[in-house]
Parts: sequence; structure tokens; C-alpha cells
Amino acid sequence: MTDLLIKLIPVFPLLAVILNGLVGRRYSHDVAHRIAWGSVGLSFLCTIGVFIEILRSGRPHEVIAYQWIFGGDLTVNLAYLVDSLTCVMLLVVTGVGFLIHVYSVGYMHGETGFTRFFTYMNLFMVSMLLLVMGNNYLVLFIGWEGVGLCSYLLIGYYYDKVSAAKAASKAFVVNRIGDAGFLLAIFLIFINFKTLDYTKVFAQVGQLSPDMATAIALCLLVGAIGKSAQLPLYTWLPDAMEGPTPVSALIHAATMVTAGVYMIVRNHAIFDLSPTAMTIVGVIGGLTALFAATIGLVQTDIKRVLAYSTVSQLGYMFLGCGIGAYTAAIFHLMTHAFFKALLFLSAGSVIHALSGEQDIRKMGGLSSKIPWTYRLFLIGTVAIAGIPPLAGFWSKDEILAHAFTHHHYLLYGIAAIGALLTSFYMFRLTYLTFYGTSRMDHHTEEHIHESPMVMVGPLMALGVLSILGGFLGFPPEHGWLHQFLAPAAGTGGEHDVSTGLVLTLMMIAIGIALLGWGVAHYFYSVNLSAPDRLAAQFQAVYTTLLNKYYVDELYDLIWVEPTKKLGLLLAWFDRTVIDGLVRAVAHMAELGAAGSTWMEKYVVYGGINVIGYGNHLVARQWRQLQSGMVHHYAAIIVAGLFLLAVVIELIMQL
Amino acid sequence: MVPLSAYVAVSAVLFITGLLGVLIRRNFIIVLMSVEIMLNAANINLVAFSYYLESMAGQLVALFVIAIAAGEAAIGLAIIIVMFRGKTSTNVDEMNLLKW
Repeated sequence: MTDLLIKLIPVFPLLAVILNGLVGRRYSHDVAHRIAWGSVGLSFLCTIGVFIEILRSGRPHEVIAYQWIFGGDLTVNLAYLVDSLTCVMLLVVTGVGFLIHVYSVGYMHGETGFTRFFTYMNLFMVSMLLLVMGNNYLVLFIGWEGVGLCSYLLIGYYYDKVSAAKAASKAFVVNRIGDAGFLLAIFLIFINFKTLDYTKVFAQVGQLSPDMATAIALCLLVGAIGKSAQLPLYTWLPDAMEGPTPVSALIHAATMVTAGVYMIVRNHAIFDLSPTAMTIVGVIGGLTALFAATIGLVQTDIKRVLAYSTVSQLGYMFLGCGIGAYTAAIFHLMTHAFFKALLFLSAGSVIHALSGEQDIRKMGGLSSKIPWTYRLFLIGTVAIAGIPPLAGFWSKDEILAHAFTHHHYLLYGIAAIGALLTSFYMFRLTYLTFYGTSRMDHHTEEHIHESPMVMVGPLMALGVLSILGGFLGFPPEHGWLHQFLAPAAGTGGEHDVSTGLVLTLMMIAIGIALLGWGVAHYFYSVNLSAPDRLAAQFQAVYTTLLNKYYVDELYDLIWVEPTKKLGLLLAWFDRTVIDGLVRAVAHMAELGAAGSTWMEKYVVYGGINVIGYGNHLVARQWRQLQSGMVHHYAAIIVAGLFLLAVVIELIMQL
Repeated sequence: MVPLSAYVAVSAVLFITGLLGVLIRRNFIIVLMSVEIMLNAANINLVAFSYYLESMAGQLVALFVIAIAAGEAAIGLAIIIVMFRGKTSTNVDEMNLLKW
């Protein structure tokens, strides 16, 4: 029964993809969206069934859905491994996915390509489910590439917009770099273990030499960095905001970008063997958390602020992985999925209300006009800022506390500063959007309307999750989630910490969050001219941040432009040298053909004609013999007779 | 007893006469008659040698030749009549259609 349920989970969205993708044009949008969210809803119900079974039995389920590759050393099945880690991911993916699908019905209403949107979204769900459910690296990789593809398709959803098309290819290309690393890791794993199944690999992981473990872990990390938008491959994620907002919420905040974190936690057995790789994971995570947060401080596009916030929060998850706090990382992944989806969808609701406006400089004073969106956005902000008892506080504080209690003081410092910045920029966003005086133009202001129930409903559900989600991990380090995840994600080096220290760290975290809020309040509510003065005072810093540290420009300079130049060079080489060679060969063939034509015409035909003409000439002479006169013939006969007689006589005499 | 050489000489004279008639004369009928003379020259030879060699074979062949000469004359004369109807002439030189 459970096996069947597990097999059914990815089947529903797949059926929806086939149905909507192939015959979606034949029926109305109303049917299409019902198929889309209905299928995800069914998957969610199946997931709950599986979850209850796992909760009851407490052991992982492994199901082979299809025997795929078998031969030689390699046996790969389309098989699912559902343990507690997968369960948490499944609940997040299908649950949040379902809410976002429902929200999309309202948000995408009336768009051209409505059915195409839902087809891509469902395809994404299928890929993401394969990614988290696969019991071996190849199935993980299929899901990995599938979500990358869907990300590309959905970023480029408005394909007639140049910036969207460019952002889509950028996301795709940057992800390829990470995927190359991931593929190398899979090859290394296969060389070392002769299998790709998680259970078999992790059972033999002890035989691995430390160097090889580091190599595999680093290659996996490269893959995770690409997919989860960490330094230095994060640049695609802010650009990915060109896609429709539900896409940003589902793919570029709640699920796909967390695939890297999931992958690291899944492979924690390998990472645990390599302290070097762990340190690198932690440092990359910490740096990304701080780096992206600083950029988020000054951005003016509501979705871009959230995008940098996502990069930053993913950095926290990596940081958690790097210091061995796998459960905390997954905990933060889950709460982040709730409150970031909430924030993105609320932002989408704001954009929807303002007829497509995304610039926060042209917003303000919206709290009374769209009260529900405002309240829910505020919940999201408080949750991400880390103010208890909302979800973000518990998970983020756990990562910070873990860093401190395990003596990663530098990482703790970085993360704490990052948390301060997070709190600041999120409240800045809230103040600029919902408080103060309106900076909208008259036309937009007239059309403001609260979003329909189909959009606000999912927001409310996410709001509740953002408020209560944190209690799944309460009390810190010993919560329900920790016990549930312990078999799959490890305990992360249990050691007793005094309650006093934990409480002190909590107080510090709360203080940081409130400080961020206070500063934002001062800047954007009390002393409105302060931000501008500060920006003027630190002109250089401000411009650098506004231009995102010029990283895109730097990459353009280092990679993109040389690549383009190389491309042009190769094109030139192709045109002149290769094509020249080809043309030369063609020319030679042409010359040869002309030569042999000449030979044919003058030598062969000439010879034949000469023979023919010669025959003709001779024949013209010889035919005179046939005069038609009987006595000529008779004379010749007589002459021949005499000649014969003479010859015979001569022969007889010899 | 007439010697064999006399027969052969007469035969030769007759054959040459016929041959010259065929080669020189232009009248189709005379050409045909010359052919008859040549055939009879051959017959004299055949009979003479038959007697001289005491074999009846030569005389038998002579009989055959006479019979065939009769048929040949009949067909030849018929052809001449047909040609004469078309050309109103018996000149052999005008009958040169069978050439290239």
C-alpha cells in the first residue's frame, strides 16, 4: 500500500503534464488549471499517506518502480528511497507546491500561454519529486536536470521579452557549470563504489581514502553551488526574477534552489569524511549569506530584494551543512520555504494590485489599500527577520547557536551580521512598500485592488505555516523534527550545551533582529531623509552595492566577453580556414571535373569519332565495288577463279 | 578413237565462248543463252571423263545438270519477262538496282 502510494506521488503531475501539454488547447483554462493543481493536490495527499506510514514504522521505504539500466557493473533502477529526509522534502515540495499552484490560478489569470505555464509547473513538480525521491544518483541527476530545464522554461516564460530570454539562458548556462561538477562527482562515486545507490554507497563509505572523499565532496559542492545560487555562481538567481512571481516563489525560493542543500544533507556521510570540504561548504555559505544580504540592502526591485534574500538564506543553510548542523539546515530549508514562498506570493499580490509595478520607490502606503496582503507580508517579514515565535527565528537561531557552540566563532560573527542585515532590508522593504505616503502615479493608484480569494487563500495557509512551522523544531536541537530526521541526517555531533548559553544566544539573536527592525524604522519611518544622506555620505559603497559589487560586469569581463571573442574568433576561423579548405577541395573537384569533361569531349569522343570517320571514308571507297551490274560481278568471279587456279598451281609446284 | 584431250578442248572452247558471252554481251537473253553454253561445256567434260574413267557417276551428274539448266532457263526467262514489263528493255546494264 505504502509502496503504491510512493509510486503514485510523481505520477499525478506527470499525467497532468501529458494531458495539459498535449491536448491542453482543446479545453478551457478552467479545466487546465484544475488538472494542474488537482494533480499536485493528489500528490500531496499521497505524500501525507506515506508520511504517516514512515512516522509509524520509522524505517525507510525503498521501492523499485522500473528496472532501468542493468548490465556490466552498472545497475540503475528508477527507484525511490523514502526516508525521513525525503519525507520532509516531499511535504515541502508538494505542500508548498500545491499552494503556489492554487495561487497561480489567480495570478496568471488571463495570461496567454496559461496552459503552457501549468504544464511547465507540473513538469517541474515531476522533476523535483524525482530529485528528492530517487534512491540513486542517476535519478537524482535526472530530477536535477529536469528542474533546471523547467527553471529555464519558466524564467523565459515571457519569451518575447528580451531580458527574460537572456535571464533564462543565463540561469541555464550558469547551472551547467555546477552540473558539470555534479556529473564528475557521480563518475567518481561510480569508480569508487561500482554502484550508484545511496544505501550501498553510504554502507561502503568508510573505505574511501580521505583525499577521494574530499574530491567527491568538492565536486558535489560545485553542483550544489550552481543549483543553490551560492558564491560564486549566484548571479543567475536575481536575474531569474524575470519569470512570473509564482515561479520565483516555487522554483527560485522554496524548492529547486534548496536542492543543493538537500543533496549535501543526503550525502552527509561523504562530507563528514572530509573536514576540508566541510570548512569550504561553511565558508561559502557564510560569505554568501553576508554578501547577498549587503546587496539586498539597496536594491529597489521588490522581487530582487527577495531574490538576494533567498541567496542569503541559502547561504545560512550551507553554513549549517558546513558546521555539521544538517538537521538545522533542513529545518531552515523548510521554514524558509514557508516564509519565502509567503513573501514572494505576497509580493506577487502587490505587483498584481499595482498592475505590474515592481519598483518599491513607486509604492508606499499600501497597508490600508490591500490589508490582507499587507498583514501576510508582515508575517513573512517578521518570520525571516528572526523574531520569535515565528518560524524563521527557530531555524536560523539554531544554525547560529550551533556555529557558536561548535566554536566556529568567525562563521557565527558573519552569520550574525548577515542576520542583522536581513532584518534591516526586510523591514526596509516592508516600510517602503506598505507605509508612508504613496509614491504611485495616479493611474496605478486608481486600479489598486486586493487580490482575489484564490490568491489570498494560499497566502493565509503559508502565513499560518510561517507562524507555526518553527515549533516543529522546538525545543532547539531536541524538537520533533530533530528526532524524526535523526536517522537520515545524522545528529550533528551531539554534545551538551548549558541551557544558559542557549538562552543567551537566543537573546542575542532576538536583539539583532529587533535592532535591524529599529534601524529600518528610524530610516524609513522617523527620519526619512537619513537614507539619502547616508547614501550620499558613502557614495562609493552605495554605488558598489547598487551595482551588486559589479560581479556581473566582472564575469562579463572575465568569462562572457572572452568567450564571445573566442566564439567570434572560432567563427572567423571556421569561415576562412575551414570553409576555405572546403572551398579549395570543392574547387579542385570542380577543376578535375572540368579536366575530365575536356578529356571526354576531345580525347575519348575525338578518338571514337576519328575511328568512325575513318570507317566512313574507307567504306565510301569500298562500296563502289557493289555496282549492281551483274557482269561486273561475273568478271570478278572469273578473275577470282583464275587467281585461285594460279595460286593452286603455284602451291602444287612447291 | 577420239582422245580425251579433244573432248576437253571442245569443252574449253565452248566454256570460253559462254564466259565471254556472259561478260561482254548486254542483252539479257543472250547472257542467259551463254550461261546455257557454259553448262553444256561442263556437261561435255563430265560425260567425256565418265567414259574415259568407266564410271557412270559423271553421266548421272550431267543428267542432273540438264534438268537444273531447264529449270534455270524457265525461271530466268520469267524474270526477264517481268523486268521487260517494267523497263521495256532487256539491257543488263540498266538492271543495277541491287547496289548499295
